[in-house]
Amino acid sequence: MTLLVKESAASTQEKAPKIRGKVRLREHLMGWVFVGPFWLVFLALLIAPLAYALYLSLWQKKLIGGTSFVFLGNYVKAFTDPTFLSGVWFVVRFSLVAIPLQILVALAMALIVDAVTSLFTRFSRLMIFLPYAIPTVIGAVMWGFLYSKSFGPLTDIFGLFGAPAPDFFSKNLIFYGLVNVVTWQWAGYYMIILYAALQGIDPTLYEAARMDGAGKWQIALRIKIPLIAPALLLILVFSLIGTLQFFNEPQILRYLAAGTIAPGFTPNMYAYQQAFGLANFNYGSAISFALGGVVFVCVYAFLFFTRKRRSFF
Amino acid sequence: MKTKRLLVTAAMLAAASALAACAPDAGGGGGAAGGSAPAANDAGGNNASNCTNTISKKDLPVVTFWGWYPNMQLVVDNFNKQNNEVQVCWTNVGQGGDEYDKFQTAISAGTGAPDVIMIEADRIPTFQIQKALVDIKQYGFDAVKANYSDGAWKDVSIGGAVYGVPVDGGPMAMIYRKDVFDKYKITPPKTWAEYEQAAQKVKDAGGPLFGDLGANVPAVMMALQIQKGASPYTYDPAQPESIGIKLNDQASKEVLDYWGGLAKKGLVGTQDQFTPEYIAGVVNGKYATYISAAWAPGYLTGAGVGKGEDTGKWAVAPLPQWDSANPVQVNWGGSAFSVTSQAKNPELAAKVAYGLYADDESLTDGWTNQIIFPLNLKALNSSEFVDLKVGFFDGQQANKEVYVPAANAYKGMTYAPFGQYYFDAMTKQISAVIDGSVSGAQAADRLQEDVVGYAKEQGFTVQ
Repeated sequence: MTLLVKESAASTQEKAPKIRGKVRLREHLMGWVFVGPFWLVFLALLIAPLAYALYLSLWQKKLIGGTSFVFLGNYVKAFTDPTFLSGVWFVVRFSLVAIPLQILVALAMALIVDAVTSLFTRFSRLMIFLPYAIPTVIGAVMWGFLYSKSFGPLTDIFGLFGAPAPDFFSKNLIFYGLVNVVTWQWAGYYMIILYAALQGIDPTLYEAARMDGAGKWQIALRIKIPLIAPALLLILVFSLIGTLQFFNEPQILRYLAAGTIAPGFTPNMYAYQQAFGLANFNYGSAISFALGGVVFVCVYAFLFFTRKRRSFF
Repeated sequence: MKTKRLLVTAAMLAAASALAACAPDAGGGGGAAGGSAPAANDAGGNNASNCTNTISKKDLPVVTFWGWYPNMQLVVDNFNKQNNEVQVCWTNVGQGGDEYDKFQTAISAGTGAPDVIMIEADRIPTFQIQKALVDIKQYGFDAVKANYSDGAWKDVSIGGAVYGVPVDGGPMAMIYRKDVFDKYKITPPKTWAEYEQAAQKVKDAGGPLFGDLGANVPAVMMALQIQKGASPYTYDPAQPESIGIKLNDQASKEVLDYWGGLAKKGLVGTQDQFTPEYIAGVVNGKYATYISAAWAPGYLTGAGVGKGEDTGKWAVAPLPQWDSANPVQVNWGGSAFSVTSQAKNPELAAKVAYGLYADDESLTDGWTNQIIFPLNLKALNSSEFVDLKVGFFDGQQANKEVYVPAANAYKGMTYAPFGQYYFDAMTKQISAVIDGSVSGAQAADRLQEDVVGYAKEQGFTVQ
């Protein structure tokens, strides 16, 4: 906007170019002063560490023999490293199960909260959102206790039916245990986004639909959901990126089940272990960038296949 | 226009200074403890203004120290009170692995490590090979040499160099529930074969689990393998690039198979140890025995075991043997104080390493509360210590009967120069044995392959 105004002003007024030049320069400088702090922080805290990590990932440091330049050697190693690949496979599988589940739960709750207005739904809205307000670390610790056979309620609940409680820390069930924690944590947040999108729909559309004989279900399925598709896509991309970078919950639950959750359980945990446990910052950086590549490919593929509805970009 | 611009500029400046204020104050002015000593101007973990303890003699130079003994505060205060040459600034940055990760990061960064650090003896080679520790032999070793046994010095030495001052040891033994043993009419097993028989007997009678195979305590498995005759690493510090790795010899395989078999038969649990879940099991009498070290009673007491109704239910017996004619004693844990190569003044730091936890008052507090099994001979040989009737064991003279003989028979071991990787890999294999996907022998083979691969990648020549 401002740019347009300025340009038109420049083309019409051709007098006193000296003064105008001065004003422009001053405006320019002012602009830089305003965006300066952003760029300073952006460069210092994002670009510089990224560049440094990229630089580190091209070197190799050995306990015996010191540091040497290996160019893409660490990346070749990463993509042939069974631990890294099984970590990637885990988060991909996890995304395929956890994300649709979260979105379905969030969508169902958003539609209910949107359709029913009462004091109770306002209260429920807040309660459903609440898990998101709990830090993930605290949430993971809490679920660690809930899953515990000694402290948690599972033993009592399953005891009522005379069955042994499932062990969510075992290798077979840890996947579902984590799916549950993540869904609990994020579904409320996604619900709020979807709910906001639902509130933005023009209510006259509903009226028109009703006049045409649409019932509540039809309104929800044929009017509401198609209209909030952009918001759905947005949270899908958010959750895809977040889930591929899975770290907090397994890292915390590792303290309770070190045998089940190995240090290379997810790619991010593997990068952490390499860098801070084994002092291999070079390979840790390479894993981080390799994971970044995987995330990019997944998100790009996802957006490519849903490109017809890509109205939010 | 001008005033407006001035205002904007002023606002920018204010914002910038606010940003700068977010950065940590490295000048040493901020700390509540007020250690404004000469050596205080240092960043990160070396920052002497962040002491947990209060330093009263403010004119003396300060040595920074990381450690996690439960009575550390008292020990540090004792040292500072008695010393007029140097003061200790102590921080607890976490126990075991948490501290090592921080130390490792500080080593890689080249800054941020303390002057003196508490580390377990089995980690000394890991840090020594990165040149992160200082040989303290030249800084007054001869004066304190006689205070520790040769075996204790061996565990903290590499070649002729001394990289730590021994503080506590972990001679291993079998802690057991007297009430459970009485109820099922069993006596403490002397051999591992008897251990299994007793476990079977208790199980058949509907009793609790006999023990626990925890995937997260690889050091125990290593010790038990060494007890049967394994020698995982051979390593000559004169030739640091060459290492012998033998993790899949017959003894190692048999021990893994033995424990895997116990777990498979349901005789022992497979719960990770040091977790609330495990402690709850111990408190509720879910496990009849706990194969552990001399510091375990203190740890268990701290976690609430053996109190109230459970008082006096525990007793201790020597570690079961493979061959009762030729008993072998092993060690789990036990720590030392090492001087880091980031220490500003190694000589002063060595004074702290030698002197801390070496005064009678601290040692007595340590062993009476079973926080440490002291390696300092002043305590180890004192009749008060040897004859102590341990409350946790219902007045049993545990030191005289079990722990002191075990400590005296312990011959020391050679640890890996990449302890973290080895233990992580071991955890993975124990876990695989527990879930039944591999046999103990297969697990040992995989572990060997895994660790040898890592060693080669790190530039070692593997023999």
